[in-house]
Amino acid sequence: MTEHAVYLRGVHKFFRTGFAMKKTQALSGVSLEIKKGEVFGYLGPNGSGKTTTLKLIMGIIFPDKGVIRVMNRLPKDVVVKEKIGFLPESPYFYEYLTAGEFLDFYARLFNIPSPARRERINYLLKLVGLERKSDIALRLFSKGMLQRIGLAQALINDPELIILDEPMTGLDPLGRAEVKQIIHGLKNRGKTIIFSSHILPDVEALADRVGIIINGSIRDVGKLDELLGKRVKSMEITVRGGDETMVEQLNEYAALKRSVDDRYLFTINKMDNVNKVIDVVRWFDAKIETVEPIRMNLEELFISEIKKDVS
Amino acid sequence: MTSFIIKVWAIGENTFKEAIRDRILYSIVFFAVLILVVSTVLDIVTIGQRTKIIKDVGLASISLFGALIAIFVGIGLVYKELDKRTIYTIVSKPVTRFQFLLGKYLGLVFTIFVEVAAMSLIFCLIVYSQSGSVDLLLLEAIALTFLELMIVCAVARFFSYFTTPILSGRFARGDYVIGHLTYDLYEFSSTFKGTALETTLKILYYVFPNLDNFNIRSNAVHGLPVSGDFLLFSVTYGLLYIILLFVISSFIFGKRDFK
Repeated sequence: MTEHAVYLRGVHKFFRTGFAMKKTQALSGVSLEIKKGEVFGYLGPNGSGKTTTLKLIMGIIFPDKGVIRVMNRLPKDVVVKEKIGFLPESPYFYEYLTAGEFLDFYARLFNIPSPARRERINYLLKLVGLERKSDIALRLFSKGMLQRIGLAQALINDPELIILDEPMTGLDPLGRAEVKQIIHGLKNRGKTIIFSSHILPDVEALADRVGIIINGSIRDVGKLDELLGKRVKSMEITVRGGDETMVEQLNEYAALKRSVDDRYLFTINKMDNVNKVIDVVRWFDAKIETVEPIRMNLEELFISEIKKDVS
Repeated sequence: MTSFIIKVWAIGENTFKEAIRDRILYSIVFFAVLILVVSTVLDIVTIGQRTKIIKDVGLASISLFGALIAIFVGIGLVYKELDKRTIYTIVSKPVTRFQFLLGKYLGLVFTIFVEVAAMSLIFCLIVYSQSGSVDLLLLEAIALTFLELMIVCAVARFFSYFTTPILSGRFARGDYVIGHLTYDLYEFSSTFKGTALETTLKILYYVFPNLDNFNIRSNAVHGLPVSGDFLLFSVTYGLLYIILLFVISSFIFGKRDFK
């Protein structure tokens, strides 16, 4: 447990909703171990429990069952919070404050002395591209600008652990690229980053490991290449030689994708058919040049997990 | 300043900044001042009692409009923090929930103090212009009214932690009205000696704040002195009531999930 920035074991969380206070299970037995210095992407459809997990880690809500430790301490421990930065989902901020006042307020909660505070605020405003907006009230900020200032407040204490709930929401492509660059920079400085996102290419680009949560349960956790590596969606096979009769027979087990001269590229969607395809090719004395597994990308993996849950 | 005070101060200052930027507060103060000014011409209907009428209407206005402000800020600002989820970014910082509550309350109290001070200043100027003096009793009445408003604010804030602003407003207003009638409740209970109703009424008497402990307005108007013992009792009672409510609020708030 000592190496983990965040440790969750068998965490359950219920909410009571509606007039009848009906019990709804938000998380059921969630276990996660996030190592120091890694970037962890947390994926899941709306209402799957991503935000609930992050709020539990931050001590905003409390678990009904299970163990949560952040840097070996309870999440509500003030010592831990000195080392964490948090950006909530679709954040609302004190709109009557200017960007400078806003960051100054949070810096004071970390007891950062005045000169260092000024320096840090200027650095962060520049980092998130708002250096010219320091004196502008947040009520005049666009959604993207609020997201940027939210990211700045999450970094005000130069945290060791940064938790970002949907950090790309509301950002245009340029803003997304800039936030990705910031996250890369933080990663290079050895920070631990946990972020949830719906934008799968961003998760693929940033995360060392991903966790997929569906209906309050963790479905998969691991390195991206490991997760995607074991998910072969089809096989592609290149055959040289043979004739039209062979192609006709192969069409029963595989789909012809392309043909050039006497070379044919087939896609086999059912793994059971691979051997049958090989048998037919041998029967016609043709040559198998390549056999290549086609792996799922993150989006396909994510969708397949959701489909599994529905079925 | 220690780290504890710096954090509480930052939250209090932020709460004050938010409160004073609300135009509704200015409207309430404007109406209070309007009534204070109007009271100067009421001698048309009350020949020879001009100063007393001004004092009476003035102190009542400060109490009533002050209560409106206390309820408004007590409910609104805390509820807004929960509803708009700005609380997420506060509790995720190295701030205990107790520090948050304390800072928030002190910010609200300071807001009420500034509003009451503004109303009182105008009131005292009017009294001075009419009678040529402002006696200490008048200032004591205002000070106790301020303590009463601190309780009203604490009650309003207490309700806003677990219910909607509309309900909190109703509860807090109800508490304000009952708070001025608690002694009647006590007296009334004696007519039901030995029954469950007597116990219920007595419980209500002890649960609701006795706001009449802070009402020396009539004395101030008629120039009747108030004993030091009564003042000491009132201040002690008021502070203890606020502390007790604060402890209960902290207990509830400390265990609360912010959804």
